[in-house]
Amino acid sequence: MSTIAFIARMELKRWFNSPLAWSLLALVQFILAWVFLLGLNEYLTQIQPLMVGRENAPGLTDLVISALYLWAGLLMLAIMPIVTMRVFAEEYNNQTLTFLSTSPASITQIVLGKYLGLLLLIMIMLFMISLMPFSLAFGTSLDWGKLFAAMLGLYLLLASFAAAGMFISSITKQPIIAAVATFGFLIFLAVLYISGQAKGSSSSLFAYLSHFGHFVAFLEGLFNSTDLVYYLLFIITFVLMTIRSLDNKRLQG
Amino acid sequence: MFVIIARAWHDWVGVDITSWKFSLMMQQQQVTLVATQLSRFYHKYCAVNNLNLCLERGQVLGLLGANGAGKSTTLQMLSGNLAPTTGSIQINGIDLLDQPRLAKHQLGYLPEQPALYKDLTINEQLIYAARLQELTKQEANEAVAYARQRCHLDEMQDRLIGNLSKGFRQRVGIAQAILHSPTLIILDEPTVGLDPIQVNDLRKLIRELGESHSVILSTHILSEVKAVCDRVHILDCGETVFSGDISGETVQSLEKQFFDLVGPEAQLADQDVAV
Repeated sequence: MSTIAFIARMELKRWFNSPLAWSLLALVQFILAWVFLLGLNEYLTQIQPLMVGRENAPGLTDLVISALYLWAGLLMLAIMPIVTMRVFAEEYNNQTLTFLSTSPASITQIVLGKYLGLLLLIMIMLFMISLMPFSLAFGTSLDWGKLFAAMLGLYLLLASFAAAGMFISSITKQPIIAAVATFGFLIFLAVLYISGQAKGSSSSLFAYLSHFGHFVAFLEGLFNSTDLVYYLLFIITFVLMTIRSLDNKRLQG
Repeated sequence: MFVIIARAWHDWVGVDITSWKFSLMMQQQQVTLVATQLSRFYHKYCAVNNLNLCLERGQVLGLLGANGAGKSTTLQMLSGNLAPTTGSIQINGIDLLDQPRLAKHQLGYLPEQPALYKDLTINEQLIYAARLQELTKQEANEAVAYARQRCHLDEMQDRLIGNLSKGFRQRVGIAQAILHSPTLIILDEPTVGLDPIQVNDLRKLIRELGESHSVILSTHILSEVKAVCDRVHILDCGETVFSGDISGETVQSLEKQFFDLVGPEAQLADQDVAV
């Protein structure tokens, strides 16, 4: 256990020793802050006056915060491949994986350590994004339940992106190819959702298979255990496949 | 005959006396590495064929061969980075394939290209290596200080590895391989990229390490084998062509032997090309 934790810690340290993590965090923060301000401005000037006196009017949390997290999920389609590409592909490329595979740590420990490192990085990203909705609490009352559901949803979404990206990174030696393939795969899952929602030919199977169907439920404040189980199964599948893929590398050379 | 009786005994009583006798033998002679009938195929291409190695504590073994003879493949298998197609490897009596975690505690490996993270400092890298060996914080610090001092890295400890020269990276790689004082140290072409003074230093270090540990090093420099090794193992196209101690006589004829053993085939290949 301590080996896994230590690998995760060093992964995180290596992340923040290189400029990549800082620039990605800055980029995400900048774009989402802009989206957040636009949404907030629109709400204050256009929507709020319309809602006065209505029964069950959608509030700030529904209109601004849910939109922010949806945007964050979309933006991460492009950001996560860059995060996960280096997990294994870069190690193959620099021939540094030997360092971990010569040590007494087992392949399972290496994969779990690296995945835990990714989860910590995602947590930092989620925390930075969530500071913006938290800041609204100074001026108004928020629907905390809904906010936390959205945060959990985004976290699970990103964790599933990370698991898929880590697997794809483990089957190629080129970081760029890992990034492109992961991006393609994540977009494919998004397209599944769109085709599941399409008018006329919609199929609930497609919507079910895609990430986003489950993410949207969280944004609406619905905490459904099916959605949770979907993400957990997705993550476990890809983590197991990564372990198999690394083990195969040792056998095949 | 003994094997048949031993098997029968094993079946009846449930005690495996072959392995018991084997482990007793190992303790007496302090055999640190036994590799038996090791083969490795890449699809149909055979990189290493039927290699047998046995190494005792206090020996330095040189693995010699032309380019592509299978030296690195052998070392990758011995270090647990590549699974052999057939054969078994035992380090200190622990099977590397059955109990990799235990066996790898006894093992230090410097690959052809030192496996170091460019975005860590020397200290961070070495501490990382020590902690992966499941040393406590205190033990890790001591081990790192010892390895750093042995490889003359004390003044460089806070430099980023990405900014180091090839020679210094090589030294960090060696420090990483020896810091948990493993029984078996595997060095893949350790002197490549070092300046002559460092080469001398490193050879001295290998000799010192060879007194208390077992060292395997691969090289294609004959003089290096003469300078540091007790035993030599010559590979050619994955086959063992020579294996034996280096005594006074062998040192003289090593060069001749090497060219006799590896040379003729190379000449044949040249003729084929010419025709």
